[in-house]
Amino acid sequence: MMSNPTGRLTQGQFSFLPDLSDAEIGLQIDHGLRQGHAWSVEYTDDPHPRNTYWEMFGMPMFDLRDAAGVMLELQACRQAFPNHYIRLLAFDATRGVESIAMCFIVNRPAREPGFMLERQELQGRSLRYTTRGYAVQRPEGRRYGD
Amino acid sequence: MSETGRTQITDAKKRYSAGVLQYRQMGYWMPDYQPRDTDILCLFRITPQDGVDPEEAAAAVAGESSTATWTVVWTDRLTACDSYRAKAYRVEPVPHQPGQYFAWVAYDLILFEEGSIANMTASLIGNVFSFKPLKAARLEDIRIPVAYVKTFKGPPTGLVVERERLDKFGRPLLGATTKPKLGLSGRNYGRVIYEGLKGGLDFMKDDENINSQPFMHWRDRFLYVMDGVNKAQAVTGEIKGSYLNITAGTMEAMYERAEFARDLGSVVVMVDLVVGWTAIQSMAEWCRRNDMLMHMHRAGHGTYTRQKNHGVSFRVIAKWLRLAGCDHLHAGTAVGKLEGDPLTVQGYYHICRDSHTRTDLSRGLFFDMDWADTRKVMPVASGGIHAGQMHQLLHLFGDDVILQFGGGTIGHPQGIQAGAVANRVALESMVKARNEGRDIVNEGPAILRQAARHCGPLQAALETWGEISFNYQSTDSSDFAPTPSAAV
Repeated sequence: MMSNPTGRLTQGQFSFLPDLSDAEIGLQIDHGLRQGHAWSVEYTDDPHPRNTYWEMFGMPMFDLRDAAGVMLELQACRQAFPNHYIRLLAFDATRGVESIAMCFIVNRPAREPGFMLERQELQGRSLRYTTRGYAVQRPEGRRYGD
Repeated sequence: MSETGRTQITDAKKRYSAGVLQYRQMGYWMPDYQPRDTDILCLFRITPQDGVDPEEAAAAVAGESSTATWTVVWTDRLTACDSYRAKAYRVEPVPHQPGQYFAWVAYDLILFEEGSIANMTASLIGNVFSFKPLKAARLEDIRIPVAYVKTFKGPPTGLVVERERLDKFGRPLLGATTKPKLGLSGRNYGRVIYEGLKGGLDFMKDDENINSQPFMHWRDRFLYVMDGVNKAQAVTGEIKGSYLNITAGTMEAMYERAEFARDLGSVVVMVDLVVGWTAIQSMAEWCRRNDMLMHMHRAGHGTYTRQKNHGVSFRVIAKWLRLAGCDHLHAGTAVGKLEGDPLTVQGYYHICRDSHTRTDLSRGLFFDMDWADTRKVMPVASGGIHAGQMHQLLHLFGDDVILQFGGGTIGHPQGIQAGAVANRVALESMVKARNEGRDIVNEGPAILRQAARHCGPLQAALETWGEISFNYQSTDSSDFAPTPSAAV
């Protein structure tokens, strides 16, 4: 278990709250849809803080205006990858933004092994830091015991 | 005064005969002037000396901030002086403030060097602010035309790209200033950084006067801070940062510190406003070359922004800073311990984040201004705010803001990590509730109490600070808004 106060990965908008129920996730999706955003589902078993590109579970749902449809995609992803990290992202295509407007984790492995910090001693007292996920020592798809 | 003394003398021989003329007669007052889209427009609040006519005072401001000197000079006739003269084109009494006038002045684009805030300020707030016929003068707002905006590179990163780099979306960012400001050793200082970041903050921050003092040399600070940052990143799996203040006595020293921060893997460096416009633009260039966020602490701004009758409004400073290039800018809290009327502060936030600023007199915005896609600055709310105000802060400022709870994190009765947890839980609960469509302004305290049921640190924070507020009358509010200071 990770040693931070939540005991888990703290990426995303709501990692410090109790897991959102499906009904609560639906309300967040509705909010994004009201803002005109497009939702997308992504999953990974390498949640390194600088791993930008999680795997896309299908395309962003640009034409889907109904939270239930997004929830169906999420259920399918959970079924395919029950022990991966899964996040929902909302894309905002407004000029001057054109980026992600919301992002939160909706599925986690049962045990979150976290990361180790490697320190390489350099000249003087300088150090070079490398963050390495404990789970990525194992092959893709078998990192959280499945 | 005779009617002929009130306007420009058009007979060139009379106009340029040696002697002293009124500024109006020299051509600095042109009530019929139609400002052009490429003009720089300034709104000054002026308090003329007793007996000085407001139109003459406005003309004098236009004159002294452009081509005029105190007497007629024949060498004007060697130039296309009509275009170099700034033109005062409108004067109006300030509502509720006897003796004060708003004066609008237009400046031709040719008067300014491209990409230089130093040049723009040397004209607009140079000699004119010491000019004897005025008791006081304040630059209230400025419209910088697209043609001039495009000569500045603006923020090195901008708030959209900052979020992508940090992988943080859809909520305000959280920070804290390390306390005490002075006296901690590097080792002790890094402890505060680690605890705050591990507890859930996104950023920690050096204070404005932490540079390289006997108790903590800058290299020691950077080394220990970055150990804390990297360790917190590993135990949370989340990108973390700490604003390393690189303010120093020379540019060479600032570059040296910036390079060391970069080599240690910092995502952000910090500069104090007091280093000056040229140094700020130079550091912005460096940050652009080195993928670095630039945090701007507005240290010292109160000496010229706070008094309503004299100086430069912070909304003007904010416009200059966005063009000069910073990614974070302290822009006030409205509800905290430092100066700021809520509407006026919201005006500053507009300037940091707008694509197109619209005139809004109640927020002190006197001009429409197109930012021509200049990247946006992340405003920072810092100073005397705490978790119990989360609903107010989110309502006033929205998502694109860094909320800095220094005392509200480090002063938590259960320790720094607990303080950070309290703030993060309060923030996430409030964002979630707002997105669910709840009325956070009215339900805010109940939402916080509910969140505190599963979070002991938030419970303790609410018990310690829940009732603290700083309800002092603001010294700087719009004279067009029904605020306490306007209702004199």
